[in-house]
Amino acid sequence: MILRAEGVRMFYGDFCALDGVSVRVDTGEFVSIIGPNGAGKSTLINVLTGALKPSGGTVRFKERDISGIGPVRLARLGMARSFQLVQVFPDLTVVETLQAAVVSRLGRGTRVFAWLGRDSEVREGALEVAELFGLADKAHTPAKHLPQGDKKLLDVASAFALYPEIILLDEPTSGVSTRDKHAVMEILVSASKRLGIKSIIQVEHDMDIVFGYSDRIVALHQGKVLADGPPEEIRANDDVVNTVVGRKAGAFERGA
Amino acid sequence: MSRLVLGVVTGVILVLPLLAPAYHVLLMLPFMAYAVIVLGLNLLFGYTGLVSFGHALFIGIGAYTGAVLTTHLGVRSLELMLLASAALGALIAAPVAALCVRYVKIYFGMLTLAFGMVFYTFLLKFYRLTGGDEGMQVLRPTLLGQDLGGIPKTDYLVGPYYYYSLAVLVLAGLVMWRIVHSPFGLCLRTIRDNPTKAEALGISIVRYRWSAFVISAVYAAVGGALLGPPTGNVDPTLAYWTHSGNIVFMTLLGGFANFFGPVLGAFVFIFLQDTVMAVVPYWRLIFGAILALVVIFAPTGLMGLVARRRPAEVARA
Ligand SMILES: Nc1ncnc2c1ncn2[C@@H]1O[C@H](COP(=O)(O)OP(=O)(O)O)[C@@H](O)[C@H]1O
Ligand SMILES: [Mg+2]
Repeated sequence: MILRAEGVRMFYGDFCALDGVSVRVDTGEFVSIIGPNGAGKSTLINVLTGALKPSGGTVRFKERDISGIGPVRLARLGMARSFQLVQVFPDLTVVETLQAAVVSRLGRGTRVFAWLGRDSEVREGALEVAELFGLADKAHTPAKHLPQGDKKLLDVASAFALYPEIILLDEPTSGVSTRDKHAVMEILVSASKRLGIKSIIQVEHDMDIVFGYSDRIVALHQGKVLADGPPEEIRANDDVVNTVVGRKAGAFERGA
Repeated sequence: MSRLVLGVVTGVILVLPLLAPAYHVLLMLPFMAYAVIVLGLNLLFGYTGLVSFGHALFIGIGAYTGAVLTTHLGVRSLELMLLASAALGALIAAPVAALCVRYVKIYFGMLTLAFGMVFYTFLLKFYRLTGGDEGMQVLRPTLLGQDLGGIPKTDYLVGPYYYYSLAVLVLAGLVMWRIVHSPFGLCLRTIRDNPTKAEALGISIVRYRWSAFVISAVYAAVGGALLGPPTGNVDPTLAYWTHSGNIVFMTLLGGFANFFGPVLGAFVFIFLQDTVMAVVPYWRLIFGAILALVVIFAPTGLMGLVARRRPAEVARA
């Protein structure tokens, strides 16, 4: 087991966004978190990545309590994330963004007088990830000039460039056309194999994708875990089908 | 292209004392001192995204270090004055930065302003050490061990001191060029653009902001130390908050998005101030209007206007 949350509660003021959530992720697992809007999925990601300190409960990563320790230390421990609302560096190019991640991974940010352009390890590390994500031909485009889908991809790619052991992706394919969603998922899977990323947790709305790629699915509803199990089990769960999967049920059954 | 421009400019500055009247050569001295100061300020402003309204504090540290060394302690070497200014600038910046960089935007600016005020008051009140509002004398420093006390003051300033200042500026510029092109410099730009994302990539924003602040303070102190000898006097207005405003103005005027922008801004500021002051007594009125125009019509400064034809370069500068 690599990541485990137990009895996590999270309040925003009086509002209880997470109400005793327990989840675990094993090494090598691809876990999808599903649930209607406002279910608490993003809050859970923020708690699991140490960005939010839970009001109650514990989060352990590699047997270590990480609740609220913050993203910087978590990145160093081997956990990375991307955001639901895309986060890029507007004035940095694609390759600079990825270089920044590689610099961080190699611990070279303290090199005040080194010439970045001559650091071949950093440049090659950045270009490798750019190629894996199909961003190589836009290497010198500033992030602010990228189309929305590529911004999302860059956000994810820069997290991958940290070579984390586990990566948490909050709606990695939102804003990407349905046809391209599968292409993005293929990239995620092959890139994580290539870079040695063991576990992936994603929040995803597209049920085709959820059922097609996940080893396990966690369904959240109103801050509680509604169901947790392999795809077949979730598909057979009426509660989940009614509250989360909803009308799309027919669609994925046909697809599957 | 830009290398050519840089080469020509450096050439002109090198031969200027031979061609231009002493009056204009003397004006180059504060320009070069301010150029060092704004190179440092822009590491914080343009590269890290933090606007300090208190950096005159560090200019004051540098200027008064030189004054105290020459008048109280009998140290006359400019090298020692610069080194001591840099060291003291870093020493005082370390705790000030540690407090300030935990805040951003207006709170950061206000905190730096507050520290500047405190230091200004210190200079005014600790009369025995600082001479109060009259300030202190700065005795003519020796350069590289050469005691140049025998030559007339103007000859000293437009000759040896001019080239010494130029050497300091070039060195400061080269070092800063390395810094902004280093992995460290890249991390600063990630923080400027998006602190949340930078942290998610494992970049500690507080640590990097602190380092940028301290480096910029060292530059301000070194530039401050260069300001003293030409006038032979330092006073508390060097550390006053309007002085902090002036260097922010220079940076905006020249353009913070370009490495050389602030240096151009310092140059235009010094020579424009001299011209305007000779014509009308209320130069601040004119400068206020110019600042407003720059912010509204040329937010990327003079360098932005020049470089507009090459937007890709601006973005990467
Ligand atoms: N910062 C916040 N302050 C107050 N309420 C919040 C905040 N963030 C989220 N919420 C509320 O918590 C609930 C869960 O939000 P979120 O985790 O973003 O849901 P999801 O990602 O599943 O759509 C929502 O009702 C949302 O309005
Ligand atoms: Mg969400």
